Amino acid sequence: MSFSENAVLTILFDGIAYGMLLFVLACGLAVTLGLMNFVNLAHGAFAMAGGYITAVMMNRMGVPFLATLPLAFIGPALLGLVLERTLYKRLYTRSHLDQVLFSIGLVFMAVAAIDYSFGSQQQLIQLPTWLQGRIDVLGVQVGLYRSFIIAICGALVVVLQLILTKTRFGSRLRAAVDDPRVARGLGINVSLIFAATFAFGSGLAGLGGALGAEILGLDPTFPLKFMIYFLIVVTVGGTTSITGPFLASLLLGIADVAGKYYVPSVGAFVIYTLMIVVLVLRPQGLFERAR
Amino acid sequence: MSSNIADYVRTTLVRRGRWGIGEILFWLIAASTLYFLPERHLILNEIAIIGLFALSLDLILGYAGIVSLGHAAFFGLGAYAAGILAKYGFADPLLGLVIAAIAAAILGFATSFLVLRGSDLTKLMVTLGVALVLGEVANQASWLTGGADGLQGISMGPILGLFEFDIFGTTAYAYSLAVTFLLFILARRIVVSPFGLSLRSIRDNPLRARAVGIPVNRRLVAVYTLAAAYAGVAGALLAQTTQFVSLDVLAFHRSADVMLVLVIGGVGYLYGGLIGAIVFKVLQDVISAWTPQYWQFWIGLILVIIVLAGRERLTERVRTLWKGMAGRTTKSNEPLPATSAREI
Repeated sequence: MSFSENAVLTILFDGIAYGMLLFVLACGLAVTLGLMNFVNLAHGAFAMAGGYITAVMMNRMGVPFLATLPLAFIGPALLGLVLERTLYKRLYTRSHLDQVLFSIGLVFMAVAAIDYSFGSQQQLIQLPTWLQGRIDVLGVQVGLYRSFIIAICGALVVVLQLILTKTRFGSRLRAAVDDPRVARGLGINVSLIFAATFAFGSGLAGLGGALGAEILGLDPTFPLKFMIYFLIVVTVGGTTSITGPFLASLLLGIADVAGKYYVPSVGAFVIYTLMIVVLVLRPQGLFERAR
Repeated sequence: MSSNIADYVRTTLVRRGRWGIGEILFWLIAASTLYFLPERHLILNEIAIIGLFALSLDLILGYAGIVSLGHAAFFGLGAYAAGILAKYGFADPLLGLVIAAIAAAILGFATSFLVLRGSDLTKLMVTLGVALVLGEVANQASWLTGGADGLQGISMGPILGLFEFDIFGTTAYAYSLAVTFLLFILARRIVVSPFGLSLRSIRDNPLRARAVGIPVNRRLVAVYTLAAAYAGVAGALLAQTTQFVSLDVLAFHRSADVMLVLVIGGVGYLYGGLIGAIVFKVLQDVISAWTPQYWQFWIGLILVIIVLAGRERLTERVRTLWKGMAGRTTKSNEPLPATSAREI
């Protein structure tokens, strides 16, 4: 009995770590969708970029894990900024079909380019020894690396929430998400805000990709494999606040880990089905009031 | 007054329904490849199948404005239905087609209610979700589908009891082309009917369509079911002519590819899917001969360029070209771009 209780707690813990990771990966997408109504299926490509930056720096140059993380953020952020200013911004006013086609095209290119540059195999990274293993806390097995992820992602969530609610930039961003036209009318430079947020979101995705390389795996098909997860987080969580996607990520993370543990034969079936049910019953997301 | 409008609509539809010279040429050329390109029948067979698949997507995307990222669900279901049927002794190809169409239509009907609501994004996610669920089911039910190994041991009987499938793919191509042609004629008839007209109005403005008394939801359910049946037939053709079905038929890239095919050819005039299929397959053939592993990169690049260059402008150009060839004299205000209706 006590064994199974501990197993439940361990699963819960792993699920929370997984969910937090998903949140960091996907929250940039929430802004893209919420602010510009842009369906960006290529979001995972930025995460993959971050993951590969970390993997390549560690494996080929011997840079320690922690030192690679800032670059895993900055690299995709710059990439995001450049792409946003050159390509994405042309498509904001276009139909969703165009946006989907464009971003799928980007995903295909990213997948093939990474495959060409680094090969199709899984990229393995060697975590520093102080992050390996599990420790026993009150009879619950707690993975050190997962605790590390929860700490970092938790801190990020708090910082993001503070930026959104307490700073001038945050209130402008929220105003722009709520109604871009009125925000523009009030003199808020929506396109500048969007460029900054897009870059920041891409950077966060990159950081998530780097942190998740160990847990999620990292190979050229990453953007396709996790695309649906990011979209679930955003559509189920809604796009007007940060708490919605956050709760959705936690739910998704826990459900996914628990599902794989208890009913492995059912696989991802449950999650997809739940997603469809939620979307059909509440197209505006679980945690939002209908407009 | 109202009878005047009815007359006008009727004559317009009749005029649109006439076959142009370009169209007749198109199908004559397609049929003549049966004799002139004997060594290419395998790839031509694939082109016919992909063309039919893209045609079915055109019915919902081009005519009804439903954005779908999971159209492979119906394709895959049709493929598995036909494959499993043949594996367990019902080797008649036409029976397989009918069963596959019915199976896909049932799934289409059941899931059509899911795409009636919500924004484009919700529709994308729901259709994608349906395809993923189906892929997962096919993966898990390996006792029936063969799982990751694929469905093997399909042996088809002769078509109509007369024509055996041969290794050069000639029978297969003739069969796929004939089925595609027949279904094309049906689709062509449907889109120039009042039903097709009402679909276009729904695509261009669902709110107004509802206001003038078009039963929007019923029409969408009907066309979605029809398109699903078409995709099911395309899948069945693939299963029967290649005598193999793998999880690949349900994969995401199939849904994405068919969208690309349709976009290359142009959305909303039925020939888009067929022309797109030819261009896509030839491109794929050329690029993958040159760089087998990375052809996806170039396909992605083509997609990006098409979108940046203005997909609708390109489509418009192809369409006018086509119209000119088809010898149409109508200079009507042609349909608005697909999926222009945005919901807030």
